[in-house]
Amino acid sequence: MNEILTKAPQGHIDVRNFSLSYDSIEGPVEAVTDTQIHVKPGEFVSIVGPSGCGKSTLLNAVAGFLKPTTGIVTVDGERVNGPSAERGMVFQQYSLFPWKTVRENVEFGLKMRGMPRSQRERAARTLLGLAGLEAFEKHYPEKLSGGMKQRVGIVRALATGPKVLLLDEPFGALDAQTRVIMQQILTNMWQRLKISVLFVTHDIDEAIFLSDRVYCMTARPGSIKAEIPIPLERPRQQSMMMSSEFLALRRGLMSLIREESLKAMGGELNDMGLQGLNIELHGHSLADVI
Amino acid sequence: MSSPALVRHPEDSMPAIAEAAPAPAVTPPSFGTVALRWYRLNRGGLRAIAIGIISLLAFLLVWHLLTTYRVVFFVRFTNVPSPLAVYASFTKAIHDPKFLLHIALSCRRIIFGFSLAAIVGVPLGLIMGRFKLVHEIVFPVAEVLRPIPAIAWVPMAIMLWPTNEQSIVFITFLGSFFPILINTLHGMSLVDPVLVRAAQCLGARERSIFREVYFPASLPHIFTGLTVGMGVAWVSLIAAEMISGQYGIGYFTWEAYSLVQYADIALGMIAIGVLGLGSSLLIRGAGQLVMPWRLK
Repeated sequence: MNEILTKAPQGHIDVRNFSLSYDSIEGPVEAVTDTQIHVKPGEFVSIVGPSGCGKSTLLNAVAGFLKPTTGIVTVDGERVNGPSAERGMVFQQYSLFPWKTVRENVEFGLKMRGMPRSQRERAARTLLGLAGLEAFEKHYPEKLSGGMKQRVGIVRALATGPKVLLLDEPFGALDAQTRVIMQQILTNMWQRLKISVLFVTHDIDEAIFLSDRVYCMTARPGSIKAEIPIPLERPRQQSMMMSSEFLALRRGLMSLIREESLKAMGGELNDMGLQGLNIELHGHSLADVI
Repeated sequence: MSSPALVRHPEDSMPAIAEAAPAPAVTPPSFGTVALRWYRLNRGGLRAIAIGIISLLAFLLVWHLLTTYRVVFFVRFTNVPSPLAVYASFTKAIHDPKFLLHIALSCRRIIFGFSLAAIVGVPLGLIMGRFKLVHEIVFPVAEVLRPIPAIAWVPMAIMLWPTNEQSIVFITFLGSFFPILINTLHGMSLVDPVLVRAAQCLGARERSIFREVYFPASLPHIFTGLTVGMGVAWVSLIAAEMISGQYGIGYFTWEAYSLVQYADIALGMIAIGVLGLGSSLLIRGAGQLVMPWRLK
């Protein structure tokens, strides 16, 4: 346990010259093109972008589920070529094993690693304690609320002590109040474990509140439109979301995304007479906006 | 049985709120209150049981009336035995070792045929669901053989197997094999790919994924297959026994007809019904043991 908690920071994600295209009957379709991102050890980085921009595709490639068409994904210099317990993943649909109790779910990665039963039971209990879930270790996931399920999902992904944690819109299915609590919990865990996090979301507030840096992607085929450092001090409080600094960051990101969302919907919108809408175009540099 | 109101979602508790407030003193509720609560929570189930019993009694009553008055109205109840006559032959039969042997042999055939079908059908379905090539090879053959009713196999079975006993077990096997195979296959095709991915990025390799994800995820459908398969096993068994048996509850029923022992016909039928019901209850119980997460 302690070795998981106090491990030296590592987990440098590097995605270079990345593109990914699918085959279709009309020929290859580009989902992501010419993308570079990196996450430094212990850094919390989010990817935001209009829906369908390929942000989840990018995350799945880092996880090792998808192979890049061109380019390379490395973690600590090692090329990613398949899923591994070194890269923990949290899914939007929780994806807990319904046939395993909360504790068995958390134990799963340790079991795969061949850890003896009593040892992994102890480890799972400790981790569940950190997430305030020890009372529910014997429950089956179906009996839990969405927020609790996702806490189990995060704890399960962290149990094996991965170098990086990948989260694919993990709080997208939760109500607003639960989401705020989950963001706090995730921040707490991240700060304790000093793990690198790559977080995909479409919620701009969430991305700013959680991250050290935010990548904003363009409409499909996705690429990085902007990279925005979030200089808000830590620990962050909910009240910061009303600060002028936060709001300025939010405005900037919002206009970037709106621009891309409109591009993604293409001509349809022009035909629908949206000329009356006041669209802030990203004419000037983001530094000016902030 | 529990009403849906019983399923509660535990509240989200913040990890920060660890220290619990001192528990207030509570007086244990009286026996009367508990009994009343129990009744309220189980009202639906009790109602179903009560209505079920009344319905069965009504069925017996109608049967009794139809046979005592020898009603002829499109169908003829002139020779149909009354429930009392059947009960009389039942009390006689349970002391008759031959009747018990009929039942024991039928049960043995079901156990052999059905177990064999489960032992072959479930793993084959799992493998076909996981390996496309096996699916592509086996599926066409299975699809051609599947629509053939087990009874149509009787002549072929007699040719194939040296003893009568073996051919009856074979027919029973065939009857339950296809429902088990098809349902297992269906279960495999519905496994959530996200769960497989979740297992992969927790370090699971092919074998573990099969054991820890594909198999448990398919279990509900496997048990559907086993339930259906058990039903068809009895259908096939009785048909086979009537055609080619010398023993067994199906043979007993047919023999009763040839010997003009009308009460025994009904007794045989009811015995088949009870055995079929019992075996599907056994499978349901096994399912609940194997899949505790599906208990409501």
